[in-house]
Amino acid sequence: MSLFEVKNITVAFGGVKALNDVSFGVDKGEIFTIIGPNGAGKSTLFNVISRIYEPSKGEIYFENQNISKTKPHNISKLGIARTFQNLELFENATVLQNLLLGRHIYKKTNILSEVFFTPSARRQEHEYRLKVEEVIDFLDLQHYRDTLINGLPYGVRKNVELARALCTDPKLLLLDEPSSGLTNEETIDLGFWIKDIQSLLGITIIMIEHDMSFVNKVSDRILALNYGKILASGLPEEIKNNADVKQAYMGE
Amino acid sequence: MRFIFKTKYSQDINIAKHNGDRFWYSLLILVMVALPLVLDDFYLGEISYICILSIAGIGLMILSGYTGLASLGHAAFLGVGAYTHAFLLTNGIPFYASIPIVIIVSFLVGAVIGIPILRLTGMYLAIATLALGFIAEHVFIKWEHFTGGNRGLPVPQPEFLGMSFYDSVFFYYVCLVFLIAAMFAAINILRSPTGRAFVAIRDSEIAAQSLGVNLGLYKALSFAISGAFTGLAGALLAHYIGYLAPDIFNIFLSLTLLLLIVVGGMGSLHGTVFGAIFVGFLPQLIAICRDYLPSSIGSQPGLEPMLFGLILVFFILYEPLGIYGRWMKIKLFFELFPTYKRQTFKKQKVFTKSDRV
Repeated sequence: MSLFEVKNITVAFGGVKALNDVSFGVDKGEIFTIIGPNGAGKSTLFNVISRIYEPSKGEIYFENQNISKTKPHNISKLGIARTFQNLELFENATVLQNLLLGRHIYKKTNILSEVFFTPSARRQEHEYRLKVEEVIDFLDLQHYRDTLINGLPYGVRKNVELARALCTDPKLLLLDEPSSGLTNEETIDLGFWIKDIQSLLGITIIMIEHDMSFVNKVSDRILALNYGKILASGLPEEIKNNADVKQAYMGE
Repeated sequence: MRFIFKTKYSQDINIAKHNGDRFWYSLLILVMVALPLVLDDFYLGEISYICILSIAGIGLMILSGYTGLASLGHAAFLGVGAYTHAFLLTNGIPFYASIPIVIIVSFLVGAVIGIPILRLTGMYLAIATLALGFIAEHVFIKWEHFTGGNRGLPVPQPEFLGMSFYDSVFFYYVCLVFLIAAMFAAINILRSPTGRAFVAIRDSEIAAQSLGVNLGLYKALSFAISGAFTGLAGALLAHYIGYLAPDIFNIFLSLTLLLLIVVGGMGSLHGTVFGAIFVGFLPQLIAICRDYLPSSIGSQPGLEPMLFGLILVFFILYEPLGIYGRWMKIKLFFELFPTYKRQTFKKQKVFTKSDRV
């Protein structure tokens, strides 16, 4: 049984079908990559999973639980975290504050204990911080703890966003174009990190990506989308040699 | 330049980050406590008023500066606080019981108004809160049983701790204690998960939501907390004014609060105090300036609102971070001297926000 399953999802914006009857499953511990040209519906798919968009048809299952009607803010409580294509960091806050927000779903204090900052509130801050420090060590962010996001270079920001998603202790991680805007070296580092997230932290990853050499290196399975429809899915080798994918995506 | 060597997580959680903080803020509190020894009743009254404005400013700052939600009708909450307090005192409830009730009532009013109104954003929210201000003013006029309508409502000045509120030294201390308490409460909220969630909503709603922040709930909570602080300020304001009339809580008072947080510096609690000092002394300053201006300008009736507006525009254009921002720049200048570069505070390049989400 798959950890995560999308069944017959259709998303229509007026007459345009951004996604048309898309179904696939992702197994536990996999790195599953979605590729496709611009406008293929990749980001739409992510936004459906995060419940930002309402699908016109179809269901989504996570750990055999139908999450098609879950409230958007409860998605992360189930163990699904995501990053965004063009970064959605809290720009006027420090890196540390951004990461601490990743622990928000574990909040146990109420407003009264916070106003008086009771020992339990302080203890909670310590617990949050312990986890955040683990992630900081994991992604080498030690130098940036107290820096405002505003003052950080793009590559580090991408990293902070990944770190923030990891702070939620997810079971499933959705990465929207993690390598876009990164230098070659940063992309190589990212490849190692993604592999580590899979093997050391045991997190399943669904990723949207354009850099094909990067995709082939890290992915276990690939799904190719075009015009909202599934073009092909399979192992990286199969996709690489698939005639339809070549035509739609590589332009042959 | 100071380098803080961190060895414990508590150092990031504590309010005072180093001994310098402890020293200067303790000194400030000592000076404030000692002020009645040197100042006369008039200035004590003015400073009490500034304390009250600061508390109201904290309320609006949490809403606008930290959660990023505009409010042009915050005088409504001052009114709710003031009338509730006066009503309770008139009915024989003692001061120490009345204040918590006022805080709870304003909190609830904020929550009840916040839940529907916060479905709006940006410009529409501003207009809705503007309307809220007008509606509140009319409710204060029409609900005569509770507010005395246009006849007004005298505020009883009961004894508290054996002292009278007519005593300006005592009233000054009451305001000061409440300001310090409000400051600590606000700092505590802002260093807890709730405060961080507010900042998250301000900077990116979509990311906040994906991290599990319930947008509707936290926006309403922000409105309610903001209302509670402002309501407390309203209760103290009732004592300060002594006689409540609905037209005190008009649009001009709301705009004064807005001016306060913008001039003080959006997104900083220091800013509320700086802004309150500025807004509190501005009318006096204008009155003094009137004497020196040629009579054709000096005796114009609308001088005050015009200057308020002018200052607001001036700050938004030239110092968006307000007095607190300017203070940070000056501080950094001396810390880095002589290597300070003007570019440090140049606006950073803004990366394109996601438009697909």
